[in-house]
Amino acid sequence: MVTPTPTSAPTPTTPQYRSAQRTGRDGFAQLLHAEWTKFRTVQGWTIGTMSAALLVVLFALLAGASSDQHGSPGVPIGPSGEPVTDSFYFVHQPLAVNGSITVSVSALSESIPQGLADLQPGVVPWAKAGLIIKQSARQGSPYAAIMVTGSHGVRMQDDYVNDAAGLSGPVSTASPRWLRLERSGDAVTGYDSTDGAHWTAVGTVHVAGLGSGAQGGLFVASPPPVRGLGTATSVATAVFGNLTLQGGRPGGAWTGDQVGPESPSFAGYPQNTAGSFTQSAGSFTVTGAGDIAPAVRSTLPTGGVLGDILTGTFAALIAVIVVGALFVTSEYREGMIHVTVAASPRRGRVLAAKAIVLGVVTFIAGLAGAVLAVPLGLHLARANGVYLFPATPWVQLRVEFGTAAVLATASILALAVGAVFRRSAGAVTTVIVAIVLPYVLVAIPFIPAGVTDWLTRVTPAAAFAVQQTLVPYHQVTGIYSPYNGYYPLAPWAGFAVLAGYAAVSLAVAVVLLRRRDA
Amino acid sequence: MRAALHAEWTKLRTVAGPLSLLLGTIALTVALGAAVISVLTCGAAGCGGDTTKLSLTGVDLGQALVVILAVLVIGGEYGSGMIRTTLAATPRRATVLAAKAVTLAGAVAAAGTVAVLGSLLAGRLILPGHGFTTARSHPPLSLADGPTLRAAVGSVLYLVLIALLSLGVATVVRDSAVGIGVVLALLYLFPILSPVVGDPHWQRLLQQVGPMSAGLAVQATTDLRSLPIGPWAGLAVTAAWAAAALSAAGLLLRLRDA
Repeated sequence: MVTPTPTSAPTPTTPQYRSAQRTGRDGFAQLLHAEWTKFRTVQGWTIGTMSAALLVVLFALLAGASSDQHGSPGVPIGPSGEPVTDSFYFVHQPLAVNGSITVSVSALSESIPQGLADLQPGVVPWAKAGLIIKQSARQGSPYAAIMVTGSHGVRMQDDYVNDAAGLSGPVSTASPRWLRLERSGDAVTGYDSTDGAHWTAVGTVHVAGLGSGAQGGLFVASPPPVRGLGTATSVATAVFGNLTLQGGRPGGAWTGDQVGPESPSFAGYPQNTAGSFTQSAGSFTVTGAGDIAPAVRSTLPTGGVLGDILTGTFAALIAVIVVGALFVTSEYREGMIHVTVAASPRRGRVLAAKAIVLGVVTFIAGLAGAVLAVPLGLHLARANGVYLFPATPWVQLRVEFGTAAVLATASILALAVGAVFRRSAGAVTTVIVAIVLPYVLVAIPFIPAGVTDWLTRVTPAAAFAVQQTLVPYHQVTGIYSPYNGYYPLAPWAGFAVLAGYAAVSLAVAVVLLRRRDA
Repeated sequence: MRAALHAEWTKLRTVAGPLSLLLGTIALTVALGAAVISVLTCGAAGCGGDTTKLSLTGVDLGQALVVILAVLVIGGEYGSGMIRTTLAATPRRATVLAAKAVTLAGAVAAAGTVAVLGSLLAGRLILPGHGFTTARSHPPLSLADGPTLRAAVGSVLYLVLIALLSLGVATVVRDSAVGIGVVLALLYLFPILSPVVGDPHWQRLLQQVGPMSAGLAVQATTDLRSLPIGPWAGLAVTAAWAAAALSAAGLLLRLRDA
């Protein structure tokens, strides 16, 4: 038996195979690149994101082009560029550069129509009767005034937006209020008193541009009270006495005029009433309606806001929510998630990479849409004669960036909810309903303001506050509801609510993704 | 057709999703309706408001779950590939779609009836405690009242029509997420957009053609003259949307490969 001797022939060596590719790394940059490639190469997602931007622009064009207010009277503009209400009954004569007016008010009563031409006594908290020095009878001209009000005591106000409190309590024959305005150049000082002997200074204001042709005298105004979802008209009558004027023209007579009878911010008089004044034995009885105050959405219903132009945000939201949810749920549906987590076993980072890619892409698309939509919509609306509540360039920028941020955050929220549910249907519906339904509910009449405020504080719909450009005024009775563009939270605080929902959902999604089998 | 109906009923019955969605529809509809009316007050300051319509506010939310259910009836089959088995078993595609529509309509009608009756019952129990009394010309909600009965029946029909619209849209787009996005956009966007449109004529037109804003006109019981569209005419608009979606679905199902 021959046993082959083992030969020490060397075994043939084959050169070890080396891939031409560089060694793969589980770096975060690679992960981002992988997710970006997935996003980029699925046609539906790219189309969905681009259509979100397009929807923002299209709805801005629709909102701008569909309105037509050619030929309506111009909105009065105050000294600092804001829209104002400047319609009231004015009993006046010229007043010199240095001079003063004094008067006592013994009654102020307001009436509100109940039904057709049935005038009933009522309370109009900001009904006003008192003294005013005003540059001219032109609407929006600078002024200073001191007045008694329906239920806010004595106030000194100037240039529409400024308001200071004097004596409190209502006015009556037994408890009259004496008022005085002293003018020295552009400085006007207001005084109040209960007896005409002991005076207290309420404040001194500088009214730029009061000029030499200023008019001084009595005024009465009564703003529209809020009735349900709208406003009604009202009228007020005041009784004045002891009117003395220093610095008037010798032998000057008092003339009565309605300032701003036709104005988009003036609701007009109740049926069968009109502004008037009667003078007898040193006593004046003056009837007037209107207001001297900044205009708000409910007193200037024809005014538009940036938020209207950006209504397309709702449509865009639905598009980015669908894309956001599909970005993760389709991995579950196709089984792609196995490959994804095999390639990158640290699952938290997978979700983070998805959120970053989705957020950045949606933000850029949303910003492009908003930056294009705002100027286009504003231009079209203005060309159609629509007055738009002012927004500084900074506020406009905040609205544009805020809109993009809301879209990006909503898509990340959809991604996170999608990762929790692992199904697109439930995720898409949950997120759309959470963001859009509160907005539908706040538009329902008769829901109390407290509830609509609460809805826009705690639900993701709070984020629409980033589009707010309106300023509420405590001295104007208005409907400051989210539906009218007044949100209970500051712009970025509202956004933070949505961001909070997204962050919590993302955290839950990471925990579940780690615990569960893919 | 009977076999197809039986098959669809078995699918609907034996999966956990549909039943919980139907129960969810009932729960959310009644809960939101009760929440809305429990924040209303009727006192010296006046109460106004259509209590029947307000009690049925929950339909705004409940319909979202109906949309999920209806979209999944066909979207789920596209997602899982089941649609090929379904069509292999019943090659006449119109029959498949009809069977799905009938089964779905039946299920939604049943759940919708419970949801609507529950909402009205909640209104009947809650409203008197908030000052809505007969003395203030707000008698307790009752189906014996003609307009309230119409609102109740109309709301159930509305939910059925929304389900059919969703089924049609989902068949056209062949994807659950996109289908839900499209349907919810059709429903919610019209009421949000119409106030922004400045021209009153266009504004009214938008409210008249929106499937939700027109269809829910059927819930109104007071101040009918101020509605943009009459109650039954509004429901007919929603029906037209559903019919258009189902026709497109039937056509595309025939023309396309599954």
